[in-house]
Amino acid sequence: MEQTLTDRKAFYHILSRKITTLILVVSFFPMLLTTGILVYRFNLTYTDKIQAHISEVVQKHSQNIDTFLSERLGNIRYTALHFDSMQQAPKIFLQQHLAILKSEYGDVFTDLGLINKKGVQFAYEGPFKLENADYSKAQWYLKAIDKPFFISDVFAGLRGHPHFIIAVKVTSNGSDYILRSTINFGAFNSLVENIHIGKTGLAFLVNSKGELQTQTKVGINESIIASMLDRSCYKDNETVFAKKKDASGNKFICVTAMLNNIDWIMVFRQDLNDAFSDLWKTQFLTLVIFILGCIAILSVAFTLPRSIVKLISSADKKSEVMNKQVVESGKLATIGELAAGIAHEINNPVAIMVEEAGWIGDLLEEEDLKECENLDEFTRALVQINTQGKRCKEITHKLLSFARKTDSTINDVQVNEVITEMVSLTAKMARYNNVIIETNLNEGIPYIRISPSELQQVVLNLINNGIDVMEKTGGIIKIKTKVSAIEKNNLVISMEDNGPGIAKDNLNRIFDPFFTTKAVGKGTGLGLSICYGIIEKMGGKIDVHSQVGVGTKFRIWIPFQDEILEKTDNE
Amino acid sequence: MNKIKLLLVDDEKPFLDTITKRLEKRNLKVSAVYSGKEALAELENNTSLEVVVLDVKMPGMDGIQTLIEIKNRFPLTEVIMLTGHATVETAIDGMKLGAFDYLMKPCDIDMLVTKVKGAVEKKRKHEEKITEARIKEITARRA
Repeated sequence: MEQTLTDRKAFYHILSRKITTLILVVSFFPMLLTTGILVYRFNLTYTDKIQAHISEVVQKHSQNIDTFLSERLGNIRYTALHFDSMQQAPKIFLQQHLAILKSEYGDVFTDLGLINKKGVQFAYEGPFKLENADYSKAQWYLKAIDKPFFISDVFAGLRGHPHFIIAVKVTSNGSDYILRSTINFGAFNSLVENIHIGKTGLAFLVNSKGELQTQTKVGINESIIASMLDRSCYKDNETVFAKKKDASGNKFICVTAMLNNIDWIMVFRQDLNDAFSDLWKTQFLTLVIFILGCIAILSVAFTLPRSIVKLISSADKKSEVMNKQVVESGKLATIGELAAGIAHEINNPVAIMVEEAGWIGDLLEEEDLKECENLDEFTRALVQINTQGKRCKEITHKLLSFARKTDSTINDVQVNEVITEMVSLTAKMARYNNVIIETNLNEGIPYIRISPSELQQVVLNLINNGIDVMEKTGGIIKIKTKVSAIEKNNLVISMEDNGPGIAKDNLNRIFDPFFTTKAVGKGTGLGLSICYGIIEKMGGKIDVHSQVGVGTKFRIWIPFQDEILEKTDNE
Repeated sequence: MNKIKLLLVDDEKPFLDTITKRLEKRNLKVSAVYSGKEALAELENNTSLEVVVLDVKMPGMDGIQTLIEIKNRFPLTEVIMLTGHATVETAIDGMKLGAFDYLMKPCDIDMLVTKVKGAVEKKRKHEEKITEARIKEITARRA
């Protein structure tokens, strides 16, 4: 037994481990695979998409700037072509053309100026007093003098105000002049500043030396700019996408594009966190769900097998108990049969002995023996033999009734009918003892599938007990049946008497076998314990309430099936 | 009152012998036989037998079979079933088949006598009625 117990424990252990492993493998493997693939593909696609989007925006803007610059350059070159005809009146020429440009393009062109070979601006039209300003030492001038046209970097210039200049060489009457125009920096700056993506995405322009050509709100680290100046990695008309890290460890993405007209680079910079925030939010959500899923799987994987094994083990235990009961009842049946056999065999000899004693008694009454000295002794002995014979009879009767097989064939039983039958069986005895049996049987109670003879036994036992206790005083037994309001799908039989009641000490023991309060030889103490066993077997229960001097109430619940209730409803 | 003529049927010879003696002492005329077949033969031979006390459990022809046969062939004869506790149901079945009463072994002799007397009384009344009816019939015929 000990061995099998440990065996079984080991078996349960292995079983629960197997289930756990199975659940873990079957759930984790697909989940990991699915989540992994999805996250990976999504990442890839989304990163590509963001890169493409930013690259496109940057490219488009750099094209815009390119167009802007080439158009402005075109404007000035076009203006320069007209200078030939108005060489004599440069001032008027400038006035006329600035007016035309302003009317055409608004505030883009700030001023116009003509510079001679010596670098002196001999004619000027604009808001500043720059007539005769000397540009001979200015960087842009030195560069512009050698080229047909030139766009300068942004610089503070003579005015100390950031601006840049478009300069076009004009040749008239064999002498070279330079027509220059200042471009409104604000108008140009807004072109670049318009690029805003997310919270930290911003764009700026740098020249070939790494100097900022636009105003930015965020301080741009020099080293960052320097790192972008490696021109070898840029190709024409293509944007370059890179991920970089600044000095403080912040990661960011950096998109750069070359401008065609001028040696500037369009740079777009955005914190990595910001650019991919949506992606990361999704990833975070996925991670949370994944972790929750893992927790759920783990908890299921470890609790489910445990509860399954618990169920199995309790089922095993139940079946074991059941087996024991089957064996036990088999034993009981065997003993019962044996007892019945013995009782029957003993009954006949005892009957003969009692008869013989009776015969001697008969003979003793004959006159010639009347004077016998020991007549009284003889009579006493015969009475004793008679008494003991009766005792034997009692014992064999009890043995036989204990061994008697009750008919436990299951049937559809109408409880009310059984009760009515049992009441009429006991009616005579009740009347004899001054006991009135009142029944209040609810018509609507359903049929139940039980053994009718067992129910008879229960009802009869209870009625008999009631009559027995009220033997001297008389009283009322009330029997009620109804569908239970407390227990679902149960019907309840209650049996109430107004007898002497049961003492509190005895109340717990009345269902114990061989417990009886009746005089020795009067009761076997088996009645209620048999009732208890029968009702337990039906899946019902029995309880008792009693108050000394007031009465006792037994209640029996017996379960019924729904379908039967429905069936009877329909009928 | 005429002496009651009783037939005892039981396979248990010592029991039967003693109870025969005791009943005879109580002024009954008792014939004793040890099986159902003998009982039927005895009833055939001795038509004055009024009551049969019949044991339920007997080898060969058992009490119930014997009872059915008796009731079939000698319907006016009353039968009292004698039984051990184990065969009470059989005795009750016997009563349904027309037995007058049943008694459990070991039985009280006075009780047995009372029941026998009851049975005889019933039988005699019964016979009386039949006789009366016949007389009536015959007188009616004469008239």
